[in-house]
Amino acid sequence: METKNIMIVGVGGQGTLLASKLLGHVLLHQGYDVKVSEVHGMSQRGGSVVTYVRYGEKVYSPVIDMGEADIILSFEKLEAARWLEYLKPGGLIITNTQEMEPMPVITGAAIYPDSLIEKMQAAGANVYAADFLALAEEAGSSKAVNIALMGCLSNYFPEISAETWQEALTANVPGKFLELNRKAFALGQSAKRKCDKC
Amino acid sequence: MKELMLGNKAVARGLYEAGCSVISSYPGTPSTEITEEAAKYDEIYCEWAPNEKVALESAHGASLGGVRSACAMKHVGLNVAADPLFTIAYQGVNAGLVICVADDPGMHSSQNEQDSRHYAEAAKVPMLEPSDSAEALLFAKRAYEISEAYCTPVLLKMCTRVAHSQSVVEPGERVVPEQVPYRKDPTKVMMTVNSRNAHLRVEQRTKDLIAWAETCDLNRVEMGSTELGIICDSTSYQYAREVFGDNASYLKLGMIYPMPEQLIVDFAARVDRCIVLEELDPFIENHCKKLGVAVAGKELFPVCGEFSQNLVRSCMSLPVPERVHIDDAIPARPPVMCAGCPHRGIFYTLSKRKYMVYGDIGCYTLGAVAPLNAMDLNVCMGASCSGLHGFNKAMGAEGERKSVGVIGDSTFAHSGVTGIMNIAYNMSNSTIIILDNSITGMTGHQQNPTTGKNLRGEPAGKVDLEALCRALGFQRVRVVDPYQLDTVDKVIQDELAAEEPSIIISRRPCVMIKGVKHNPPLEVQTDKCVGCKACMRIGCPAISVKDGKARIDNTLCIGCKVCSQMCRFGAL
Repeated sequence: METKNIMIVGVGGQGTLLASKLLGHVLLHQGYDVKVSEVHGMSQRGGSVVTYVRYGEKVYSPVIDMGEADIILSFEKLEAARWLEYLKPGGLIITNTQEMEPMPVITGAAIYPDSLIEKMQAAGANVYAADFLALAEEAGSSKAVNIALMGCLSNYFPEISAETWQEALTANVPGKFLELNRKAFALGQSAKRKCDKC
Repeated sequence: MKELMLGNKAVARGLYEAGCSVISSYPGTPSTEITEEAAKYDEIYCEWAPNEKVALESAHGASLGGVRSACAMKHVGLNVAADPLFTIAYQGVNAGLVICVADDPGMHSSQNEQDSRHYAEAAKVPMLEPSDSAEALLFAKRAYEISEAYCTPVLLKMCTRVAHSQSVVEPGERVVPEQVPYRKDPTKVMMTVNSRNAHLRVEQRTKDLIAWAETCDLNRVEMGSTELGIICDSTSYQYAREVFGDNASYLKLGMIYPMPEQLIVDFAARVDRCIVLEELDPFIENHCKKLGVAVAGKELFPVCGEFSQNLVRSCMSLPVPERVHIDDAIPARPPVMCAGCPHRGIFYTLSKRKYMVYGDIGCYTLGAVAPLNAMDLNVCMGASCSGLHGFNKAMGAEGERKSVGVIGDSTFAHSGVTGIMNIAYNMSNSTIIILDNSITGMTGHQQNPTTGKNLRGEPAGKVDLEALCRALGFQRVRVVDPYQLDTVDKVIQDELAAEEPSIIISRRPCVMIKGVKHNPPLEVQTDKCVGCKACMRIGCPAISVKDGKARIDNTLCIGCKVCSQMCRFGAL
């Protein structure tokens, strides 16, 4: 099979590393060759962060380049737009609708562009947007937004069983937060299902 | 069992499996996790040393003591450790010694983009270069075999994309070699005839290693189409395979110093055209050209920055994939000082007073960005102290009254102490602010000699900064709480006006340290807020102004009340 490319993008501190750990875990379990490339250090201080997840029969490059991503999972709307050029034409964007203003917007040096979802759709991206922060809060903590997004992403992997996802959660989430994260995962998963029905 | 493993963790695993027993390092992105992961094995003694020179000397000491040892550092750390490196290369090892060094092409988290491969050649020390996690694990183990077989330290070179990528590995068992007895050997004192003989040994060693490199399994040929031959190392190999697949042949060099000769000549002879793909400097390319092998390298690919598959495609005039594009300008999202960061009060004050600020390396380098813009320059670890001294010698009283050096606690312990010693000894009237946030912040919260805890978080020796500065000759040592803006302002002005050198210790722990108490988030009293935006001048990511009123993001605010001191209307 051809190598598949998933990007996880967001703002430093939003928990993108745990999300990629979870995804890497299930893909490896599924028998794929997997590479996950992360950013540590300076960018994690509230900067724009990206993780590349690649899987297939044999993966070489650890990074995804422009025009190569099958899916972009975005923790914040502006970040989806920032990495849009990495998407394949017709590729999927799953994005949280939350807006976090970067410092140049806070200081008034730049503006947060409007109607980003509509514009990305018009440009040829297939966009699914939802308030994953609200789902995380419903599950018990705003911090579980990463897991709610993963729940939504899981809908796009019909080959991966529910047990495999649950196993990955158990292996990667500290015990005392497991129930909360299971709930966030389920809410994220059914948000997409509800949408498909309507 | 197969496992997805971070490159740095795979190095740690390799060190563990090879029976490494002592690791001494200084943290630095992208090398930090090597030591952090190794510390999770109870069988390895791991420590944070004050700097890389101390770390390497300690690790070499352990090797002389007869156990396999290692140290890890980022590329610029090897500059600090270069002094011992060049002579340890002569001195040799007793048990194996592996020096892990991580380059940062693209400068994700570094002040320069130097290419560490030159150190291997300059110090005449073999260097291995893995291209993924499986090789990182394997090469760490092989490095010990080479180290002991050739009585040399071995450099294991990582780069950001290998260090911080996870790929599949199969961990093995730990095998600990017997401790090598220490024997006094008069030829080990590096002076006169001993050094001369050692140099001869080193030259012979390199020749022996070249012969070994011709057939060793660390270098490998993968034949595909013979129209194009690609000589490559590290991640460049991965990008090349990604782009060319079986439409090219590859000579992948896993040992980057010393390089084979005949192997390269023979490979080039088997292909129609030969290129060298390597990030940063033309290290392999120059070697090929010296051998008289016709290769194309840096005339095709850039010296600066990181490679990727699209970069290889465009440099080789191959098509790149189509993109999805919107026209909107996407505002940058630079990293910022955290809400409640204790550095903020200091940088706000320095910015307000328009002082010349000689910065240093750490989270507080973020004091340079808008809206604080409170840093004039930085160079390397500790330069704020020594550089400011020289600046003031040139500028005289004019400089001394309006300039400060700013350095974090860990950086101060690393390289600031000798700098302030020079200030006291050679008497420049300089003012240094030590930002003591009780942690090494930027690299992800490591302990250091000023925190009172060791790498494992257990109680350890603790440097008394005030007593140290006094002992070095400073009469004026003041401690301030950076949350108290008025006091900060007054103390800095007093110390700049004083006719002798001063140390100001800004003391408050990093708000991200586990267990540091946060106050409840502040609330804006909207009836009092006039929307003057004075609170915005401190550049706190928790504050914004919407519809003419300040707004506080209560998921970020920790109630430090620095913004309250900016508000003249009591709205915060």
